[in-house]
Amino acid sequence: MGKDVLIIGGGIAGMEASAYLSAMGYQVTLVEKANELGGHLLRWERLFPTQRHGKEVLSFLHCGIDGKIRVIKNAEPVAAVTRDDLHIVTLSTGEVITANAVLITTGYKTFDASRKEEYGYGIYNNVVTSADLEEMFSSGKEMLTSSGIVPRRVGFIHCVGSRDEKVGNIYCSKVCCVTAVKQAIELKERLPYAEAFCFYMDLRMYGMHFEELYKEAQEKHGVQFIRGRLSEAAENQDHSLLIKVEDTLTGRPLKMKMDLLVLMVGFEPSDGTQKMAELFHLETGSTRFLKMADEHTSTNVSSVQGVFLAGTCSAPRTITSTITDARAAAAKITSYLSQYSIEQREN
Amino acid sequence: MKEEGKKKLWQEYQKEIADDRYFYVRSCVRQSFFPGAEQAFLKIMREELGKDVFEHACHTTCTGIAYHADVVPFDTTMTVVARQFSLMTESGYQNLVPSCITSFGVYTEILETWKHFPEVEAKVREFLFKATGRTFEIPKNLAHASDVIYKFRDSIASRAKYKLVNQQTGEPLRVVEHIGCHYAKMFPHKGIGGAEFPHVLIGMVESWGGEVIDYPERRHCCGFGFRQYLVQANRGYSVACSKKKFESMEPYMPDLIVTNCPGCPMFLDRWQYVIAEMENHTYGADKQGIPVLTFEEMAAMVLGYDPWEIGLQVHQIPVEPLMIKMGIPFDPGKKYLGKNSKDMGRPEIPDYLNYSGMKI
Repeated sequence: MGKDVLIIGGGIAGMEASAYLSAMGYQVTLVEKANELGGHLLRWERLFPTQRHGKEVLSFLHCGIDGKIRVIKNAEPVAAVTRDDLHIVTLSTGEVITANAVLITTGYKTFDASRKEEYGYGIYNNVVTSADLEEMFSSGKEMLTSSGIVPRRVGFIHCVGSRDEKVGNIYCSKVCCVTAVKQAIELKERLPYAEAFCFYMDLRMYGMHFEELYKEAQEKHGVQFIRGRLSEAAENQDHSLLIKVEDTLTGRPLKMKMDLLVLMVGFEPSDGTQKMAELFHLETGSTRFLKMADEHTSTNVSSVQGVFLAGTCSAPRTITSTITDARAAAAKITSYLSQYSIEQREN
Repeated sequence: MKEEGKKKLWQEYQKEIADDRYFYVRSCVRQSFFPGAEQAFLKIMREELGKDVFEHACHTTCTGIAYHADVVPFDTTMTVVARQFSLMTESGYQNLVPSCITSFGVYTEILETWKHFPEVEAKVREFLFKATGRTFEIPKNLAHASDVIYKFRDSIASRAKYKLVNQQTGEPLRVVEHIGCHYAKMFPHKGIGGAEFPHVLIGMVESWGGEVIDYPERRHCCGFGFRQYLVQANRGYSVACSKKKFESMEPYMPDLIVTNCPGCPMFLDRWQYVIAEMENHTYGADKQGIPVLTFEEMAAMVLGYDPWEIGLQVHQIPVEPLMIKMGIPFDPGKKYLGKNSKDMGRPEIPDYLNYSGMKI
């Protein structure tokens, strides 16, 4: 075919789309700003709902990165112009790449939990995020609080930075509820004598087997679910935490002591995604994620011709959904480069 | 607790505070609660720091208490505040400094309202003009009196005669700081340090040698809360609020409580007395309770002002133990002498709270 596709972002979506587009015969260049492919998956030990290791999925994705794909690490676009349907992109290394199509897969970043000041992340010793907890799991070390004790009570706070007008994020991040359930189970497996509490607004167990996982958490592991949003956390003299929550099912305020508090941080467009929006003049939606041309029929199409979207740069997604979206983007790019406009097909 | 985390947060919540020429508006209630506090502020600003602080005799309430008690509608409050602005304008000042936290909150709320809804400002200007014939300019700078003292805390430290240090042990005094709810909870960026970890009083305490305690119920209301106290039937809630705070701070063994609000020192002081008499329990050493100060009183003590000149005798929890710790000399015989050495009378000696060693 002899056409070139530039994929920006070497996480799950970028890797899977590269594999598919390369298999279809395009010349694929995959640019990643880090020195390793894999994105957030590199730091995720086990995955919901099956508890399989993240490394297994990563290894599957690596299988698709064959010798035909040109991978450029430690680089990111710094300039982009379009000339005669060609996208000319300058990288931070100084290299200039010309492509017939560009796929943005720059993904998300986790919400900066310190913005919820009342929860004390970055100030209280035993307040961590879900990403921090995952790293604690991955390290294989004994789980201890900052005071060196085994935590006996752990609280998981859902929707931190999601569905929260105060921080400007009104959307649901889709993965935090089930991640909390998964992490609470993992915690109970490691620390059977610890109590685990999930504080939620609504439990959004929409995916296949999510509900089963939720049931397992309650019945097998004794994880307790309390419907209520954390109003504030404070640190006790022994560095444990005093939290205040309203149990909205019983209509009563709760004041509880926790040894460890885990904030389930949501998704925000990554810095790379925001930068690509500027470089390629892409429209963003009200949520600041990159805007899809049509939320139902053209989810991989951006507001700029020849520039496509895949993965979490356009919306929060699960890994499964990200992989599916990457393949859909590959199909869409193929139709574009074949000059077949599937949107204009006749009924 | 990670101090660097707090410092990072404080950097995000700094505000501009005018350097001089302040139009000072007093509180409705502070002169009854702790009558020396505002006078101490004026003395510090004028005599120590050489600043121009102007007061207007026609200044009135901002209606804040009535506004938050749902007695006065917002339109009325805005018009009354517009009149204060008019007094400031006619006096040739631009930098407004309220003594009261609730007034500061009311002024902030009104200025923010007008910024976002200019038609409301136009309406209020019309109300004021029709009622009084007055016009006004928006203050160039709005800062609470505690913001101003915070700004000059190091200048005060350089003039200090005493430090917030226990003279017997050489250890910093352990200070609980309590911020009035209306300071930054509504508009975090209008308060130094924001709403969750305000720095305004911490900055003073640390600059003057003390050490601040961060205890679990630090953010909790002092117990004034307007409706809790103004409605007589709710006063049990008021005491309960304060009690929750005292129980939370007690294990940290604080030497004093400092506040920047009219109601907070009143209730944190008064309810300790009440709880001591109701339950035979105090929260300080030797059944003496924890002294409660306004930030002006704390500054005045550091500067070595006569404790009875700044009104420390009207505190229900005696301040003498704190003065002894700081090494401040005082004459017990003058405690209840008012102007021209007139005897002001004596309070009743409480049954449980330890007043021994204090002149009654």
